[in-house]
Amino acid sequence: MYDVLIIGCGITGAATAFELSKYRLRVGILERENDVADGTTKANSAILHAGYDPLPGSLMARLNVRGVALARQLCTALDVPYSPCGSLVLGFTPADRETLAELHRRGTANGVPGLALLTGDEARALEPSLSPAVTAALHAPSAAICSPWEYCLALAETAVRNGAELHLETAVTGLYPTETGWRVETSRGKLESRWVVNAAGLDAQAVHEMAAPRTFTLHPSRGQYFLLDKSEGNRVGRVIFQCPNEHGKGVLVTPTVHGNLLVGPNAEPVEGDDTATTAAGLDFVRRTALRSVPSVDFRTVIRSFAGVRAVADTGDFVIEEAAPRFLDLAGICSPGLSAAPAVGEYAAELMGQAGLPLERKADFQASRRRVRFKELPEGEKARLAAERPDYGRIICRCETVTEGEILDALRAPIPPRSVDGVKRRVGAGLGRCQGGFCGPRVVELLCRELGCSPGEIVQDRAGSWLLARETKGGKTDV
Amino acid sequence: MYDLIVIGGGPAGLAAACAAWEAGLHRVLIVERDRELGGILNQCIHNGFGLHYFKEELTGPEYAGRFVNMLRDTGVEVRLDTMVLEVGADRRVHMVGKATGYRVEEARSVLLAMGCRERTRGAISIPGTRPAGIFTAGAAQRYVNMEGWLPGERVVILGSGDIGLIMARRMTLEGAKVLACVEVMPYSGGLNRNIVQCLHDYDIPLYLSHTVTEIRGKNRVEQVVVSKVDEQRRPIPGSEMIFDCDTLLLSVGLIPENELTRQAGIAIDPRTSGAVVYENMETSLPGVFACGNVAHVHDLVDFVTAESQRAGRAAARYVLEGAGPEESALEVVSGDCVTYTVPQHIRPGRVEQGCELFFRVNRVCGPSRIAVTSGGRQLAAFRRDCLAPGEMEHITLPRALLDKADGAITIAVEEVKAG
Repeated sequence: MYDVLIIGCGITGAATAFELSKYRLRVGILERENDVADGTTKANSAILHAGYDPLPGSLMARLNVRGVALARQLCTALDVPYSPCGSLVLGFTPADRETLAELHRRGTANGVPGLALLTGDEARALEPSLSPAVTAALHAPSAAICSPWEYCLALAETAVRNGAELHLETAVTGLYPTETGWRVETSRGKLESRWVVNAAGLDAQAVHEMAAPRTFTLHPSRGQYFLLDKSEGNRVGRVIFQCPNEHGKGVLVTPTVHGNLLVGPNAEPVEGDDTATTAAGLDFVRRTALRSVPSVDFRTVIRSFAGVRAVADTGDFVIEEAAPRFLDLAGICSPGLSAAPAVGEYAAELMGQAGLPLERKADFQASRRRVRFKELPEGEKARLAAERPDYGRIICRCETVTEGEILDALRAPIPPRSVDGVKRRVGAGLGRCQGGFCGPRVVELLCRELGCSPGEIVQDRAGSWLLARETKGGKTDV
Repeated sequence: MYDLIVIGGGPAGLAAACAAWEAGLHRVLIVERDRELGGILNQCIHNGFGLHYFKEELTGPEYAGRFVNMLRDTGVEVRLDTMVLEVGADRRVHMVGKATGYRVEEARSVLLAMGCRERTRGAISIPGTRPAGIFTAGAAQRYVNMEGWLPGERVVILGSGDIGLIMARRMTLEGAKVLACVEVMPYSGGLNRNIVQCLHDYDIPLYLSHTVTEIRGKNRVEQVVVSKVDEQRRPIPGSEMIFDCDTLLLSVGLIPENELTRQAGIAIDPRTSGAVVYENMETSLPGVFACGNVAHVHDLVDFVTAESQRAGRAAARYVLEGAGPEESALEVVSGDCVTYTVPQHIRPGRVEQGCELFFRVNRVCGPSRIAVTSGGRQLAAFRRDCLAPGEMEHITLPRALLDKADGAITIAVEEVKAG
């Protein structure tokens, strides 16, 4: 019998598990995919918004501002790449200027610190690459960028280290109320729990409707992006937004914590989790971004991708006890990444008020560290390579990732089960050659650690097989 | 203190190290990131290597083996499984390896021979899903020839670069079905002999002026959509063909691997994506040389060898005779129809008999005249029956001719009427 079962291990589920793992509770996380953070958390703008966008008084506003403040300490404690770079919203027209003033008012009401309205020249003094057509800007120094994927992994890993149980490749098929709580039927059997938390992302409406009548509808919205080479990483130093206007909304140009430049997204309604990119969508992103920063060099694109976020028709996050001891954390679209730790905190508070005993653990471990060889000073690199020779072998040339780091990941509380799982954890294959050189070596390490054959290795999700069969002579012939 | 550190133990590094040794350097080190010498040749098990240099037909590993054997007869040191992390302006080379840990070695000269990498899907931004089953041709070649695994059964190849063409044949021989090779340009990017021997001989259709406009499939590639393109390379609506396949191989170009070069502050030519070099393959940083695919992408290893031997000898001369006096350099300008030249600068005073000059054209040309001009005067002209972007061209400029140059030298190609 679990005290709480969380459905979904994206950023919202992971943040909730992390929060609950501080208490003397038996917590389980059910994740349909073979890895954490495999939906919306994996493909988004990687931005911790300052919080001037949501309407004052909304859950979004409150949890965004609180979440961003918590993120700062959390990312440090959990060794998550984070950079408090600040953001600018650009204005090009008199109408934009009014929008900026409105965002400034909202932000002030929401308690966003340090907001300032700038002229075009003041904005260009901060960011010389901005278009000469920019006439005004809103500067938000408290905006930040992070690695959303590692943020989620770090929260989930820390929860697991503190006793939470993660069940991967476990899809929920039915929820049935019992006398003590819920019977949760899954693709891997039945589980019992006092509480169920619905953090199922794009599937949160379907999960909700297993437990309660429909109260909201989710509209999946797809955004397409370009990731550019590190040679473009210094094109801007801050997150550069545009005002929402008739050209669409939300195309931004931003540095990433890995040193690349990220450009996107557009916004388009899609069915389900359709993360395909389109020529038209990518073209729109390219054209719109060039309005902000005309010098972005799109010849240096190393990857294009799309993410889908679940937008609720209520206009706000849906956070409520929809049925007895069934808590929805649904419609967590932007600024969901920013709000996540505050959502987790709020979820625990709501369950506490409804009778879940929140007794703190004395031995909660609140920190996490991992080796990032590339970032170490020379002396430290030398010491590590001498101490553990596998830190001396570079597997990924483009990102300078060592065998030691990959082995660390494979022996961590939530080890990768796929080539992309390794990539997301340590960056091998993330660089300019996109895994062309290191792919076979990562496969070799996965086979060794998982005890399987290359034919069983998947690129990413279950079913994404990498290699068809052995050659005529197989390995013996080479 | 080494006389020479060679970064990369592929064909360029091997030839350069041997040549430098023969020219009298005694402390030479090759640093190789892979577990064996030979570089990409080790996975090129097809034949056709060595026709120019050895006057016989070898496989890639055989060609590499010849040089590895030559190296055995020298005192050149080799560090395998070791990655160079940084080349300092002071020629201090930072490297890390499993056996030797983190080391900083100093050298009187450095030779960059890191080779190249393949362009990826991201670089060409094909719309659609992002399933497994999309490989660069070279990565697929490694899986098949070195790991013993076939990446897929039904294959479409985008791009007609040589590795893609070679893999069309290789995968066919392994029992896979290669459905098509699709090339966005109106001509192939590969050698003509590979079009004939790898596509025509196996009835694999080559679609010129076509490209992949969409990738479909959730977890693994299920289909690719191929469209005809217009003269601006824009897809023509209504021309779509759908191929049911599980694999897409990309052979869409090679990019010299110049991260170390950039980091060292060495000038890069945006046309070659390699270092700007002088007649002896010296870069803008004195005592640092570049050769092979890291300087510009070659089609034939034989030419890599010849170029690298020159670079190795030049490095030896630099160490043994010193940098020499500052000498004025002629700029080599790419004229009509010429994409790039290597070298980009020539110091006539350093040229003994003649200067080898390599270039590519930007379109397929019939009978043509290669004109070498300077200060509005023609210095020399060379005839060719045909030229193509996929086949590197090469001329030799005699020293006497260079002495007549007045400022920059321009290399231009013009088609001439037959007869």
